[in-house]
Amino acid sequence: MTTSSEDVLLSVNCVRYKKGDGTLYVMNQRLAWMLEHRDTVAVSHKYADIKTQKISPAGKAKIQLQVVLHDGTCSTFHFVNPGGPEAQAKDRDQVMVLLQNLLPKFKRQIDGELEMKSKLLSLHPTLKHLYEDLVISKVINSEEYWNTPTLKQYTESSNIKQEAGVSGAFLADIQPQTDGCNGLKYNLTQDIIDAIFKTYPAVRKKHIDYVPNKMTEAEFWTKFFQSHYFHRDRIASSSSKDLFGECAKLDDHAIASAMRHTTLDLTVDLNKFIEHVPLLPTEEEASNEKDRSDNNSIHRNMIKRFNQHSIMVLKASQKSNSSNNSNSSSSKTSNNNNKVIENGVKDTNGVSKRPAEHSTEPIEKKKRILEQIHYEDLVADQGNDDVQELKLSKVERYLLGPSYQISQTSVQTSHPPPLSALASVCQAWSSGQQCQRPARVSAGAAVGALGELSPGGALMRHHHAASMAQLIPADVKAELQRLYASCGELARELWRSFPQPGAPPANEQDAAPRATMFYDALLRFRNLKLRPFEEKMLRDLTPLATTLTKHLNQIIDTACAKYVLWQQRQAKIR
Amino acid sequence: MKLTVDGLLVYFPYDYIYPEQYAYMLELKRALDAKGHGLLEMPSGTGKTISLLSLIVAYMIQNPHHVRKLIYCSRTVPEIEKVLEELKNLFNYYEKSQGEKPNLTGVVLSSRKNLCIHPDVSREREGKLVDGKCHALTASYIRDRHERDSSVPICQFYEGFNREGKESMLPYGVYTMDDMKQYGADRNWCPYFLARFAIIHAEIVVYSYHYLLDPKIAEVVSKELNREAVVVFDEAHNIDNVCIDSLSVKITRRTIDKSSQALQQLEKTVAEIRDEDAARLTMEYEQLVAGLKDAAIQRETDTILGNPILPDEVLNEVVPGNIRNAEHFLSFLKRFIEYVKTRLRIQHVVQESPAGFLKDVSSRVCIERKPLRFCASRLASLMRTLQIPDPSHLSSLVLITHLATLVSTYTKGFTIIIEPFDDKTPNVSNPILHFSCMDSSIAMRPVFARFQTVIITSGTLSPLDMYPKILDFNPVIMSSFTMTLARPCILPMIVSKGSDQVAISSKYETREDVAVIRNYGQLLVEMSACVPDGVVCFFTSYLYLESVVGAWYDQGVVASLQRHKLLFIETQDSAETSFALINYIKACESGRGAVLLSVARGKVSEGVDFEHHLGRAVLMFGIPYVFTQSRILKARLDYLRENFQIRENDFLTFDAMRHAAQCVGRALRGKTDYGIMVFADKRFSRADKRSKLPRWIQEHLRDSLCNLSTEEAVQICKRWLRQMAQPFTREDQLGVSLLTLQQLQSQEQQDKIEKQVIQK
Repeated sequence: MTTSSEDVLLSVNCVRYKKGDGTLYVMNQRLAWMLEHRDTVAVSHKYADIKTQKISPAGKAKIQLQVVLHDGTCSTFHFVNPGGPEAQAKDRDQVMVLLQNLLPKFKRQIDGELEMKSKLLSLHPTLKHLYEDLVISKVINSEEYWNTPTLKQYTESSNIKQEAGVSGAFLADIQPQTDGCNGLKYNLTQDIIDAIFKTYPAVRKKHIDYVPNKMTEAEFWTKFFQSHYFHRDRIASSSSKDLFGECAKLDDHAIASAMRHTTLDLTVDLNKFIEHVPLLPTEEEASNEKDRSDNNSIHRNMIKRFNQHSIMVLKASQKSNSSNNSNSSSSKTSNNNNKVIENGVKDTNGVSKRPAEHSTEPIEKKKRILEQIHYEDLVADQGNDDVQELKLSKVERYLLGPSYQISQTSVQTSHPPPLSALASVCQAWSSGQQCQRPARVSAGAAVGALGELSPGGALMRHHHAASMAQLIPADVKAELQRLYASCGELARELWRSFPQPGAPPANEQDAAPRATMFYDALLRFRNLKLRPFEEKMLRDLTPLATTLTKHLNQIIDTACAKYVLWQQRQAKIR
Repeated sequence: MKLTVDGLLVYFPYDYIYPEQYAYMLELKRALDAKGHGLLEMPSGTGKTISLLSLIVAYMIQNPHHVRKLIYCSRTVPEIEKVLEELKNLFNYYEKSQGEKPNLTGVVLSSRKNLCIHPDVSREREGKLVDGKCHALTASYIRDRHERDSSVPICQFYEGFNREGKESMLPYGVYTMDDMKQYGADRNWCPYFLARFAIIHAEIVVYSYHYLLDPKIAEVVSKELNREAVVVFDEAHNIDNVCIDSLSVKITRRTIDKSSQALQQLEKTVAEIRDEDAARLTMEYEQLVAGLKDAAIQRETDTILGNPILPDEVLNEVVPGNIRNAEHFLSFLKRFIEYVKTRLRIQHVVQESPAGFLKDVSSRVCIERKPLRFCASRLASLMRTLQIPDPSHLSSLVLITHLATLVSTYTKGFTIIIEPFDDKTPNVSNPILHFSCMDSSIAMRPVFARFQTVIITSGTLSPLDMYPKILDFNPVIMSSFTMTLARPCILPMIVSKGSDQVAISSKYETREDVAVIRNYGQLLVEMSACVPDGVVCFFTSYLYLESVVGAWYDQGVVASLQRHKLLFIETQDSAETSFALINYIKACESGRGAVLLSVARGKVSEGVDFEHHLGRAVLMFGIPYVFTQSRILKARLDYLRENFQIRENDFLTFDAMRHAAQCVGRALRGKTDYGIMVFADKRFSRADKRSKLPRWIQEHLRDSLCNLSTEEAVQICKRWLRQMAQPFTREDQLGVSLLTLQQLQSQEQQDKIEKQVIQK
């Protein structure tokens, strides 16, 4: 039937797969299914391929088990034991438990990563091109490719795991089943327990306190289901016997403090809506008295609970996402507090404090109002004026690459600007002004450079930007762009691997092989990609051919020159 | 754009305009030209406010002698803030196209709580406490005392304003609450009193209804506004109730207890002063003899509340002799309170007219009508004389004097009802005396008489002919505008039966029926499964909401609802509700979706907008009739029938339908928004109910949508939502529901707009 090396851990008869009855085998390497009276395996899934298993919820007419593979396909097995649903469920549970134990062993972490990478490539066409150019053409290997900073930026940002939220109905989903003899059976899964803990921190605390020292897990949950906490229509008993009476109170406190600490939005702050007549007792007071008398009404309590439940579910699912935000805001508030204390000591009238406290509030408020009175269809489009402008601080560097400046920069690093300049720059920054850099180039040189860059100047002779754009066909342009991207990536890596002046020598040790590697990669790139392109251009676009790739070549040459220089220097040091 | 409306050049701060906005301005201009009053209904979210402001501002600039002032009244604080921002926007547009801002000043007036910048006082969260503390720092005698003894605290901002603020006027421009505060803080002036001072001169004033309608406040604040003014009541669908509330008084046993306490305290204070400084009391007496009850020395800071009766009723006689003396007045009050107390000690409901009440008072405790009329002003005078530092704990006593003054001033249009207990809890004794105004025109009449143009406008005023009747005025224009739409962005439906064909209705006999409640639940669950983001439901009353939620929990509806969306419910505690609302918005914004259960006539339905994704569907469970067994309502209905020939049923239906329309209208804002409006009650499909919906809703309520079952409704919703999800561009709207200047000027379009205005 199968290779003898495999052990059959479990075989279950009467399992239907795609309308055929057969036997399901759970083996030590894979899950297999064979049609009845045949001896070939119709379905066979290696455990390593299986992502998860799912089972049909209790109470469904069909008892099924589904395995989902990494490639997204899935197979569903329907248990049709003639012994009735009980026996079917038993069969299914056997398989499920076995799989539960087996699957984690085969789970390969790498798969998730691969999946993520392929998804990333399919999402970002530029990355895909880069990948094709660099990895598939064997300029660099895949690992290096994924380690480049550009890629890291992508992978890391998407690496932040999105935590699963909490379903609003998780408590309702625990449907009790009668077991026939005056008892109730609750189905509690790990997911639901997690959801309960996440939503109700007070219950988690109780759980930590009581399990397993004072009671068993099962006892704890029994108590939970018996409590008013689970049955919203029961009134919280004040007796100390109820384990969760305290929890409800804690929740109330948590909500109340949250209420006090949220600044209410102008549009929802009902209390401030209507201006009251001064001096007269307000409506609110009168009705409040009335409330208190029948405060213990069940429905009212229940409504309060529903609101609390929704609020806490919302909070539980937002906690993970907004942890960053809350961090920053909490630090802000703590700052505020400090300030208040300082101020409080110094000035007692507190007039100066006020604007500080409220400075953000009116802006928020105003934003909210403006949002409300904005009619998007009455306002004409502003036209897309906000196209980003390319601002170049040093045009010559952009056009020529950094080669010309190497000597200069090395000279300048010996004369760093005084510290006081830094201070002044920082000050300018903090006051929101445009930062004025200390002059690097003398005025004369600047004028000279400007002349060179003006039409007719030495640097502008070959550049007829307008005509260039018209002359190049779109496909060539796209290819050139891809070449630029790839070349830029490699060159940047190479430049990065040169040790920074003043960096600890330890870094230089591993910098050397890295630099060599990318130097080689760059050369390979030139041979494998750039040269064929140039040749093609020579055939197709003769007049422009050389000018097109001139800058690319320059980039590569500069990087290589630097590498050679550095190598020589290294050799000398040794 | 700059457009001409009937020969008037109007600057409109947008590049496009809705046709109905133009039509609205046209009608408005006619009212201004005729110097008469107007009643205008335009769908919510079609830019009423900006149309009003642009036209009236243009009119004021070009006809400065006809209209000198615009008084814009709105209902809630957020609304007021919005108006000011729109006005700012308009002024900026003027500046952009003319090079300078118009020579007009727009200011806002709000309560001390919203405007105070005093570091200690403004920290109070309750308006009453702010008022009290402010009074304790700014009252004239406190300031006198400060002259003698500099350790007595006063408010530096009021002093600053008092020294310098009155000499100059505010520079031209628009001042929101925050601007006022900033302006005040920069100059060390009190923004509240600055605003009070500024509204006399400012050309545009924005404040809340009370400042004009409630005689107690209007007398203090709005006395000096001039006649050549245009008064706009925005969101005025509820204006009659505001009028009635401002003239009604409710007295409970607690009020009596508190006022007795206050009275004792006053007596003690009077006795002390009699010992120490009898001259003060004598001087007051002398003044009262001379009839100088509103002596010139009285300062703006001393009066917080004016007389509760209307200006034309204000008595210009001398205070009668038997209450001139402070002790005599207090014992007089004591008698009156004792009398009211005995009246509250009853076993059955009593209803009588003010005249009957007065007769009873005079026969039982020998109190004549005349001194009663002076109660309110006499107490105010006494409080000034006694220099009560914090008048807020006298509030119950003030309320009693208001009752005394009102009951002895008005004989018509009012009624007194004394109920020994709440009808729901007949065993708990909780006597309440209602002195209730039944005629909303009483408070409104002086406003109509005093100002040359009063415009009443809202998104839901249908049926229009009801308002002139109940407010007793003759509008020169009365129009209802519909919404021109390029796509059907509202989907009103009447769901009359559940999937099991049982009729659903909130009428009294069936509302507690399990089948009805289950059908409501099913409707909501299925809607929440197919509608994205926010769903808002309105119930007819809070009690009904509670019992339905209870039943839903037992039936498992709540559980299935929670599977689709998070559930939030309005409670009677407004702080709790605000918090739930904020989380509702959060849930909608995070994409989780949420359901909000709320109450028609509740605070949410009156003030919160559910624009765009915050309310993709609104469900109205039942017709929100007012509690018809209420005796106050019955008395009012009788009065309306006898005096205005309005049938009870007409009024009740009118009232219910305007609230229903108000609830569902909350979901729509602007033409790019879209929303489903479900009226879940069989009775909505009857002609008398349907025809009372605003025209802009009626137009889309086709006959095929009037008798649906839950399933049919859900199917229609799904199809419609798919249609609405398609991209919607300006090109789709242009020419139909959105016009450029050229399109607006074309003859064809002008004719169309002219036709659109339907005079009723």
